[in-house]
Amino acid sequence: MTLIDLANPTRFLALTARILPWLAGATAILLAIGLYQSAMAPDDYQQGATVKIMFIHVPNAWLSMFVWGVMSVAALGTLVWRHPLADVAAKAAAPIGAAFTFLALVTGSLWGRPMWGTYWEWDARLTSVLILFLMYLGLMALWRAVEDPSRAARAAAILTLVGAINIPIIKFSVDWWNTLHQPASVIRMGGSTLDKAFLWPLLVMAVAFSLLFVTLHLAAMRNEILRRRVRSLQMMQASRIAFSSEVGTGSREEKASKTIGAA
Amino acid sequence: MRLSGRNLRCVRGGREVFSALDFSVSSGEALTVLGPNGSGKTSLLRLIAGLLVPADGAIALNGGEAELSVSEQAHYLGHRDALKPALSVLENLSFWRDFLGGEMQDARQCLAAVALDHATDLPAAYLSAGQRRRLSIARLLAVRRPVWLLDEPTSALDAAGQELFVGLMRQHLGRGGIIIAATHLPLGIEAGELRMRGPA
Amino acid sequence: MSALAALIRRDIRIALRVGGGALIGVLFFLTVTVLMPFAVGPDLALLSRLGPAILWLGALLASLLTLDRLFTADHDDGSLDLVVMSRTPLELACAAKALAHWLAAGLPLIIATPALGLLLNLDGTATLAVALTLLAGTPALTFTGMIGAALAVTLHRGGLLLAVLVLPLSIPVLIFGVAASQAAISGPLSFGTPFSILCALSLVSFVLGPFAAAASLRHGLD
Repeated sequence: MTLIDLANPTRFLALTARILPWLAGATAILLAIGLYQSAMAPDDYQQGATVKIMFIHVPNAWLSMFVWGVMSVAALGTLVWRHPLADVAAKAAAPIGAAFTFLALVTGSLWGRPMWGTYWEWDARLTSVLILFLMYLGLMALWRAVEDPSRAARAAAILTLVGAINIPIIKFSVDWWNTLHQPASVIRMGGSTLDKAFLWPLLVMAVAFSLLFVTLHLAAMRNEILRRRVRSLQMMQASRIAFSSEVGTGSREEKASKTIGAA
Repeated sequence: MRLSGRNLRCVRGGREVFSALDFSVSSGEALTVLGPNGSGKTSLLRLIAGLLVPADGAIALNGGEAELSVSEQAHYLGHRDALKPALSVLENLSFWRDFLGGEMQDARQCLAAVALDHATDLPAAYLSAGQRRRLSIARLLAVRRPVWLLDEPTSALDAAGQELFVGLMRQHLGRGGIIIAATHLPLGIEAGELRMRGPA
Repeated sequence: MSALAALIRRDIRIALRVGGGALIGVLFFLTVTVLMPFAVGPDLALLSRLGPAILWLGALLASLLTLDRLFTADHDDGSLDLVVMSRTPLELACAAKALAHWLAAGLPLIIATPALGLLLNLDGTATLAVALTLLAGTPALTFTGMIGAALAVTLHRGGLLLAVLVLPLSIPVLIFGVAASQAAISGPLSFGTPFSILCALSLVSFVLGPFAAAASLRHGLD
């Protein structure tokens, strides 16, 4: 099994149809185990039960950046190798990445509530994630703005790569901006070293969420491939009508058949 | 019914396009407006459609509905298709039918009349230039208006499409309609001629 | 009446389909609001004091910049000719288009306001006040902005020129919108006075906007 075999969308559909149920099953089992372990984990002596938000928050935050990485590789695939599935992969990943980022924001803000006394603090990490969220939304808007997928593909790929280069710069600037304004007054989240009792559930959850991403991504790619097939079938239907209407005018069959004979 | 213009003068962008122009068309008649590029064929149609204001002269439709203006009793088929690519073929036609109002026909039947009835649910973005033109012709059928103002109506149509359109124009004239068409190509129906002089 | 309903339905459909711009306005609103703290600093007390002003400026820019194509899109594909020729009065057709635009692009801004209020440390009352003033004030922005959108057809250009033409017209709405929200949050004025004026501005724009836009479109055709 190589990348070349996957280049054929039909083969990709057949392969993923076989893999997906197993992946979904594994994801469900791991998530169940992870959630059980998280629920069983002891309360933190400082933060109490709220520390358990970490088991959801950290995997989401990690995936929010990982998905952009996946999209950047896919963008290279579009621009450099012109892999036919690369754009499909990038486009399918964007909404999932945005969803993970959004969950990271929501859980982060819920976690911050008892510590800061407000739902939102312009904390350097949260702010960076918020900007990442905006970039995901902008990218999705770009795909939506252009009807023809092949035209949107290159523009989106370039923007993804520019984003990938810019994200560290943005992160650095936000950190600098934040320390400039409030020198270390915020309690850092997850700053203490992790006890084993926390580490294991966190690892399981991280793997479970990564599997969840792979499952959702493959399913979304299948949908995108099918959507594009519907589109090209519709375009074929439109051009077929142009031909059949020449026959179908009916009133002057002789002339019509002559036209077709000439063509 | 009789559509006539008297002593029309048209000025666009400070330049006189034509002046002292008279024409008259009766029910069941067609008039083709001929002339070189820039002689004011499109301007004349837009003048009749009420989209331009004549610098001089007047246009009248005798025997039409008294309380409606000429433009409200006319269909205008211009260079541009007035179609939205994001909407389906049927949605495009249904919108114009509902918006223009008056005596309406079934939208699907009108699409069948221009041989687009298999494409009703496709987005208009997928249509070729000729198919787009057919769809705008279907608009002329969806809502009944006595006057048809056609600007190069057959330019994008293939042979079959032109033939189909000739049939539709004959039907319209048979019902007592009026057609004024600006064209370079012969329309395929018996029609009076109005020759525009070139730019002075 | 069914003609206007058809026009509203069509415009909303186009705005929501692929290529439509309904949600880009919200995204713009979100982005502008998020940029503000980077300029003024992350001080929550300061942000909550500036919050209503920031939200109003964001909503103002978002609702005016999306107006750009309100009439030019219809002009470019020839639809506008048919709308002008139709039996529906052009003033009513303009009003219907503006209403459709507000429903597709203005209303989502108001729905997004609570989330943005959270970012700017506004409490429940303040967020509610801003959302309420936006609900009363954004129609005025759309209906006066429509005049600029109609002028864009005449002038064959839009974008920044449109913004320059229309932004001064929206100053009264901004003044009373922010004043009403501030009054609800900290006083000392009563909320009712500026809010009533804001509503009055919207009502005036419902009349003025369509007539001015229709007049401009009639003269702008060629």
